[in-house]
Amino acid sequence: MGFGFFLQSLGEVMILTGQVTRELFRRPWEIRLWIAQLDQGGVQSMSITFLTAIFTGMVMASQFAIGLEPFGASLYTGKLVSLGIVRELGPVLTALLVGGRVGAGFTAEMGSMAVTEQIDAIRALGANPVRKLVLPRVVAMVIALPLLTVIADLVGCFGGIVITMAEVGITLRFGLKQMIETIEVADLVHGIMKSAFFGYFIAIIGCWVGMNTRGGTEGVGQATTHTVVWTSITILVSDFFLTRLFLAIYG
Amino acid sequence: MSDTVPKPARGEPGEVILRFSDVHKAFGKNVVYRGLDLEIRRGETLTIIGGSGTGKSVCLKMLIGLLRPDSGSITAFGQEVTSMKERELLEVRKRVAMLFQGGALFDSMTVADNIKYPLREHNWGTEEQMEARVHEVLDLVDMPGIDQRKPSELSGGMKKRVALARTIAVEPEVILYDEPTTGLDPITIRRINGLILRLQERLGVTSVVVTHDMDTVFTVTDRLALVYDKRIAFTGAPEEAEHSEMRFLREFVKGGKGVLEEDLG
Repeated sequence: MGFGFFLQSLGEVMILTGQVTRELFRRPWEIRLWIAQLDQGGVQSMSITFLTAIFTGMVMASQFAIGLEPFGASLYTGKLVSLGIVRELGPVLTALLVGGRVGAGFTAEMGSMAVTEQIDAIRALGANPVRKLVLPRVVAMVIALPLLTVIADLVGCFGGIVITMAEVGITLRFGLKQMIETIEVADLVHGIMKSAFFGYFIAIIGCWVGMNTRGGTEGVGQATTHTVVWTSITILVSDFFLTRLFLAIYG
Repeated sequence: MSDTVPKPARGEPGEVILRFSDVHKAFGKNVVYRGLDLEIRRGETLTIIGGSGTGKSVCLKMLIGLLRPDSGSITAFGQEVTSMKERELLEVRKRVAMLFQGGALFDSMTVADNIKYPLREHNWGTEEQMEARVHEVLDLVDMPGIDQRKPSELSGGMKKRVALARTIAVEPEVILYDEPTTGLDPITIRRINGLILRLQERLGVTSVVVTHDMDTVFTVTDRLALVYDKRIAFTGAPEEAEHSEMRFLREFVKGGKGVLEEDLG
């Protein structure tokens, strides 16, 4: 896989983005398709988000409670955990996990459709596959991932507080108050905006790889693997640049 | 729809409605066509044969703009297909429908929704009219009463027939069959061949059939075309092909028997 291939893929993903944007402005919207994807990609990703977030919060609190003790700073555990979750781990871990689940699902489904000529059939029957397949998935993920991130933020912080209560001996009231005082609106917005981008990356990569699947069922398997790798890398790399961008804007 | 007998095809029988002229197509370094010329006339059943991987399906897909040729001209009903936008192609795809190799039914939908899919896209009528049409076309392919099943519950031959029902739902003038009998048992093959003939007779459609199956060739064909050496190397009646000067063609229509006879001297 050379640099040329990378550039070509990038170009094709941008063209697909253009087509999705054009279809977004073309009425009437097929809301039913969007809702089906919101359910599959969003609602059904809630348990995975919940589990990831609560354990991340709990493990961070465990580490900080013990790590800060020699400095007599255990009381700051809640501050560190909530900042870490809301700014970084909430959006990124949710995106990685949901990206693995949903992105791979998009590729597997659309890849199977591609190798059995169902995508050609959509066109032959007078419809547009970008409108029928890609647009609903992109819309659903751009909406769902920020919402899932909010859930992850809340659940993660809650997990952190519970462990801090057990390890450091703070009250729930203190924990909540500390969390609310620490987190600023900008922190939340920063994380949620990043997750909207992540949602777009997951959907567009999952769909593009799926639509371009060749080589039968074996090809579908390989394509799915590619999607998981590429969405993960894209999320991690873009996280750095998006973070720098938002820091430059909001400080 | 009140009239159960579908409309006859428009226009004069015998006029050329689809035409390839000097079409070139390659996928990367793999050249598929180098100067493809072919005409398809209204009302006829043209069968395209050729070795595996010679791009017979590519030819069908280029006709309705699913694939674009690298150069050359393809016209449908007098209009250039190659320069059409996706939206303009809709009109062509309404008149020229394609039956895909594996059927390409949508797994996530019931048989009824599969058949309604093109009807909805082409604003065919009310929900009741579409429902009636679903039953009508399922009857036409001898598959009544399966409209609420999912494609995964159907056998290969049944899928092909449902797909055929979906293809004819919008009353196309031309049907493109991509290997309609591949992978089916002999009885189902005969049944599908019978269906192709029946649609031809009852609906007066023009058919283009890509196949390997000589039974299909000799049952349904008016005119045969052979893809060889990246172009159409022969067109004519199937009987002419059997006595052709071209050894490859003779061998092909004899189903390989000729190869042995000639090689053994």
